Amino acid sequence: MLKDITIGQYFPGNSAVHRLDPRFKIIITAVFIVSLFCADNFLGLIISCVFMLISFLISKIPLKLMMKSIKPIVPIIIFTTVLNLFFLDGVTLFKLGFLKITYEGVRTSIFMIIRIIALIMGSSLLTYTTSPITLTDAIERLMSPLAKIHLPVHELAMMMTIALRFIPTLIEETDKIMSAQKARGADMESGNLMQRAKALTPILIPLFVSAFRRAEELALAMECRCYHGGEGRTRLKELRSTAADYTALGLSFVFLDAVILMNIIFG
Amino acid sequence: MENIIIAENVEFSYPADPESGEEAALILKDVSMTIKKGEFVAVLGHNGSGKSTIAKHFNAILTPNKGKVYSNGIDTSDESKLFDIRQHIGMVFQNPDNQIVATIVEEDVAFALENMGVPQKEMRERVDDALRSVNMYEYKDHSPSQLSGGQKQRVAIAGIIAMRPDCIVMDEPTAMLDPNGRKEVMKTIKKLNKDFGITIVLITHYMDEAALADRIIVMDSGNIVTEGVPKDIFSQVEKMKSLGLDVPQVTELMYMLGKDGLPSDTHIINVDECVDALMKLLDR
Repeated sequence: MLKDITIGQYFPGNSAVHRLDPRFKIIITAVFIVSLFCADNFLGLIISCVFMLISFLISKIPLKLMMKSIKPIVPIIIFTTVLNLFFLDGVTLFKLGFLKITYEGVRTSIFMIIRIIALIMGSSLLTYTTSPITLTDAIERLMSPLAKIHLPVHELAMMMTIALRFIPTLIEETDKIMSAQKARGADMESGNLMQRAKALTPILIPLFVSAFRRAEELALAMECRCYHGGEGRTRLKELRSTAADYTALGLSFVFLDAVILMNIIFG
Repeated sequence: MENIIIAENVEFSYPADPESGEEAALILKDVSMTIKKGEFVAVLGHNGSGKSTIAKHFNAILTPNKGKVYSNGIDTSDESKLFDIRQHIGMVFQNPDNQIVATIVEEDVAFALENMGVPQKEMRERVDDALRSVNMYEYKDHSPSQLSGGQKQRVAIAGIIAMRPDCIVMDEPTAMLDPNGRKEVMKTIKKLNKDFGITIVLITHYMDEAALADRIIVMDSGNIVTEGVPKDIFSQVEKMKSLGLDVPQVTELMYMLGKDGLPSDTHIINVDECVDALMKLLDR
């Protein structure tokens, strides 16, 4: 039951978007988000969305999958829409009792809806086309200059890698402990919230104990393999940026410029 | 033949715990042993005999309170040579899940090499070689969570082999595996010893595995009790039993036949020999 949980939402593929250097993908996503928030008119917004939609088409990620990532934010969209629609002052279009809908309200609502959806789609595109491990790797490389100001970049990346590695192991373990406790008559499915939370104790304690034991053994095994932090480490897979990466990054800036240009023209 | 590991009068205890008031129990009392290059040695002993503790001395995870351990000629108490020692004396543990660091098989095998700062091109070669030598090359892109216990343990072994060590110390590497996984791992260990000339120190409590070794060292409560070739060790059935250890099933069978007055030879430690002996008995 617990095994169905997937970590991250990587959708394996071999498209041009998948093949991009993950470091560039992160930067491009950031540029896209900036352009999305820079846009203050519809034309600018559409231009920045076009960039994302083209990448989406190239990536061959099924539309259904994309819809799935938008679903959880629907309540947020509705919430902001309602706020914008009814509580923005301006030219009244429609009035019902104390509720009034203004032209500005409608405009801002549509704007926000597009912006939020585009934001989610853009960032999902990053996680759909990049495996968690490469993503961790890219974050480590991108943050490596920060090591100069004594930020433990390598250690953080190592922690993320180990966390990713142990999630399936610990899920399996949780499953085993739950079965074991159920076999001894533990009741986890009835009672109110408090009682259920309390019923989790006999699962969490053994899980923690075993996690610490694993950590100790892992540390020992890592020491046996000469682990001594990030210093002087080489990598099996070096990230190599190609012309395609620079082209994609350049393109994302072209779109950002276009958005800013639209702001100036119509602003 | 050259000695790869020399332990001289090793005494060891974990430091006393002032909080619980627990006294420091002497885990190793006076252990001396030598392991020759290219040898396959099995260390036997029941729980608490100190067999895992002595193994951890071989690659300087622990250092003796008294006495000396030399690994590859280097004194293990010399901290500046720590990585030198660990590179030459690899160690494999019981639970494969707790030894694998990375989320992709080949990246895990590369872990030690990354730590050692091996250049990328050479690393690729060594990782592929290591995976081939444990027959896991086809799985190089898999996630460890998709593998069986025996396969995971072979990946863990590959991670050590990639360092190109002279000696691998294995601390009950098959204890958590099913019979199939155990067979796979034992086959790999034998192959590494015979084909690649890697010295193997196998800590185990499976007598059938120990029977494959060139030499057996038996430990009990922090001391070495006896050592010798498997045939000689297992023929002392009563002594082994008094130490809380078993002998291979076939040896036990011969022993019991002998007790019943039949002419039998307790130097028999594998099934084929046993079958021959039984056939001879029946032909009489």
